[in-house]
Amino acid sequence: MTRALPVLTVALAILVLWYAGAILLNAPQVLDLWDRSGTQWSTIDLIRACWNMERAVLPTPHQIVADLIRTIFGYALDNPRNILFHVGVTAGGTLVGFVLGTVVGTLLAVGIVHIRTLESSLMPWVIASQTVPILAIAPMIIVILGNMGFTGVFPKAIISAYLSFFPITIGLVKGLRSADPLALDLMRTYSATPAQVFWRLRMPSALPFLFASLKVAVAISLVGAIVAELPTGSVAGIGARLLTTSYYGQMVQMWSALVVAALLSLVLVWGVGAAQRIVIGQSRPPA
Amino acid sequence: MSARSKITPLPLLMLAALPMPMGWLVAKAAESADPGEATDFGDEAARSLVYWWQCWPALAAALVALAGFWLARGRPWPRRVEAALLVPAILAGCALPFLVIGSGFEVGPGAWVFLLGVLALIWHLFALLSGEEGYARHLLVPGLFGVAVIYLWQVLVQGFEIPAVLLPPPTGVALSFVDQTAEMWGDFVQTVLRSVVRGYLIGCGAGFVVAILADRIPFLARGLLPFGNLVSALPIVGIAPIMVMWFGFDWQSKAAVVAVMTFFPMLVNTLSGLAESERIQIDLMRSYAAGYWRTLVMLRLPNALPFIFNALKINSTLALIGAIVAEFFGTPIVGMGFRISTAVARMDLGVVWATIVVAALTGSLAYGGIAMVERAVTAWHQSYRRR
Amino acid sequence: MGTLNAPPTAARQTPTAASAAARAIVEIRDLSLTFQAADRPVVALDHIDLTVQSGDFVSIIGPSGCGKTTLLRVVADLEQPTSGSITVDGMTPEAARLKRAYGYVFQAPALQPWRTVERNVTLPLEIFGIAKAERARRAAEQLALVGLTGFERKYPWQLSGGMQQRVSIARALSFAPDMLLLDEPFGALDEITRDHLNLQLAELWRRTGKTCLFVTHSISEAVFLSTRIVVMSPRPGRILDIIDSDLPRERGLELRESLRFQEIAARVRRGLKEGHSYDD
Repeated sequence: MTRALPVLTVALAILVLWYAGAILLNAPQVLDLWDRSGTQWSTIDLIRACWNMERAVLPTPHQIVADLIRTIFGYALDNPRNILFHVGVTAGGTLVGFVLGTVVGTLLAVGIVHIRTLESSLMPWVIASQTVPILAIAPMIIVILGNMGFTGVFPKAIISAYLSFFPITIGLVKGLRSADPLALDLMRTYSATPAQVFWRLRMPSALPFLFASLKVAVAISLVGAIVAELPTGSVAGIGARLLTTSYYGQMVQMWSALVVAALLSLVLVWGVGAAQRIVIGQSRPPA
Repeated sequence: MSARSKITPLPLLMLAALPMPMGWLVAKAAESADPGEATDFGDEAARSLVYWWQCWPALAAALVALAGFWLARGRPWPRRVEAALLVPAILAGCALPFLVIGSGFEVGPGAWVFLLGVLALIWHLFALLSGEEGYARHLLVPGLFGVAVIYLWQVLVQGFEIPAVLLPPPTGVALSFVDQTAEMWGDFVQTVLRSVVRGYLIGCGAGFVVAILADRIPFLARGLLPFGNLVSALPIVGIAPIMVMWFGFDWQSKAAVVAVMTFFPMLVNTLSGLAESERIQIDLMRSYAAGYWRTLVMLRLPNALPFIFNALKINSTLALIGAIVAEFFGTPIVGMGFRISTAVARMDLGVVWATIVVAALTGSLAYGGIAMVERAVTAWHQSYRRR
Repeated sequence: MGTLNAPPTAARQTPTAASAAARAIVEIRDLSLTFQAADRPVVALDHIDLTVQSGDFVSIIGPSGCGKTTLLRVVADLEQPTSGSITVDGMTPEAARLKRAYGYVFQAPALQPWRTVERNVTLPLEIFGIAKAERARRAAEQLALVGLTGFERKYPWQLSGGMQQRVSIARALSFAPDMLLLDEPFGALDEITRDHLNLQLAELWRRTGKTCLFVTHSISEAVFLSTRIVVMSPRPGRILDIIDSDLPRERGLELRESLRFQEIAARVRRGLKEGHSYDD
């Protein structure tokens, strides 16, 4: 209870600020409309109008919830009007990219830890690769891949993979090196092979690092998938939904797409956390 | 004299390549056609094999490479000497494909296999340099690695005649850059100097101030921290269209996106940095009857510096991404995001890549600059010791 | 100021009888402190009575968890007692802290890694707003006192553990407090370094005549340094025995072989054992 209270207070403050902001931001438009039609109004009318505007500058939470309920239960799952359809498309791209990024990131990390030439030549570029605003050129890559005949989930997954491999490589390199020097010496006294050292010592001690990285990677992988859906022409996915709603000025739908993206992100991160609990179990405190 | 350094047998591919046909001679009909379309009917065009002795420049380069290789490996040298002796061999080997193309041939199996051998040699050079300490290992090797990647890009694009609409060669990117310097400077000013820098300063500044505030009022910290961690997992770039609607097409909306994106990493990092000071250090300040602000300035902020710099570094790349993505949702007709999307539409990939290079350079320089300041300011921190 | 006060010359009497020459610096009456732990309250200090006279070197000894560090922290106003009274130099501990009446030396050196040795020593002086030239002068003086002249420009990590702890003692001395509170300052050091620092501390105390309150779990350290030894027992933390030592003020390591030293040490050991029997 003592832990929940501050969080609840801040959540309540956000909600209050939101509703207050809705009045502040939406009122000029409402008043403008009423001035032109010469409508008589009271303060209550104004607040009610601001909180329920069709094309509000800032839609209110209850409008967003209502929109979500309407789109989720009002249409079939394969209907593009149903937001869950877009969630499914984006989640698919995210997961494929995440798996791809994990594989690449793991291979790179294992290579960097075991081959010194790779470490000195490649490691700086792994870090530099993240200063390339790949997210910014994601739509372009999609278009180019499209020209080359790659469409569907694959180009999106490439973007997600590019973004997600980085935290995994960095985290895993750190993790694989985190093995206790004494334990490494102990393995040496057993004259263990490099493979045995890897599977019995380095990998287990790297697991907490790996899972911490996986959480970051899955979140950023989702960002990659959403941005990859931005180029004009794509019709499915949360990113496409964001773009079309922004074209038509459908603020409520845009916000509900954002909320859904946030929820999807939380579910994905929670999923990795659940996997971590299963794999590592209670033997160690969470990383 | 030390023993011979270890090497894979792969450079021997250079020898194996010599009996193979080196390249192709393409019949005039295809050659005169637009190079971009050459691949389309390359199979129909008459191609005849060319052997090494039929292309003297290529043969000369191959012999120089082999001679250099033999010289370097002939007897055991110290590492540095062997590396130096390998350089002419590698340069000659790298020049080979361009000599083939320059002589009017297409690069064929023999030359490609030879190049593989040269690549193995380059790898060996990296291995030699990685054994050195100091700048050779930390600057030279990654630098050369980058050069090698650019070289490969150029060779593969030219050798396989990849059309520029798919992937322009580095020379093409450089040309676009020279051609459109003025426009790209304008983009840089709009995106980086107007949107990114302002948004970055606002976001980081606000994050820092709120962190101090939350630190002063623990109730606020306990309430905010879960939200900060939550938001860090959210796709914040998604607010870009909203910001464009609120703040218009110009830099203000981009700066707003950047500010929101950079706010939370700064908040979370500063808060955990402020929690970093040891109990006894704080007790010590208390025994001196030092107040909150003095303890903050003299003890807790210095301890938090590594965390704050971490946020500054993360944010420097986030900020660039935020601004460019936000430009996809509407801009005045200038800006890096605008340039990328219009150039993609016109299939002018040279410009796209040139813009990407500018963005990457900006990001790397900002990151490197912050890292250097960090090193200077937190030289005392244990992560920099014993280097 | 930083120059050394002459050691008190008045013949010291047994502190239980209030003497005219030495005045009571710390007076603790019926003091208790209870921590609220997760499952149950823990009595850290149970009805403590203790008087420390000026110029005394008082050691508090006991097994871990006996509340000796807590007692020192109460004197320093780093913990608040649950009940009872305590005065430091005639004031509440808080007033004494605000008047900067004592220097505190912790178990770890607690040096700021971004400051040089010299600037670590001058840290409290900066806080007290003392001019720069005076700060430099006092730092040089205190570093000389702990034998670290020539290390002013070094950073803490370039020093050994013993040297770091000496820097922290110099830091505590730099603002010339009348009282030193030392919380197992040599606990983390090896025995050879510890002997050396004990000698230095004894010499320092003899020359400056400062009141010292010293927490330790080493019997020989306590006997070697102290004029009074307070033996404490854990759960609840209480005082078992207060032993007055009549060893001469001038002390060398060979003192530890003397019969009187052994006798006092034996009494301390008996006291500790007695406290331990409460446990079983």
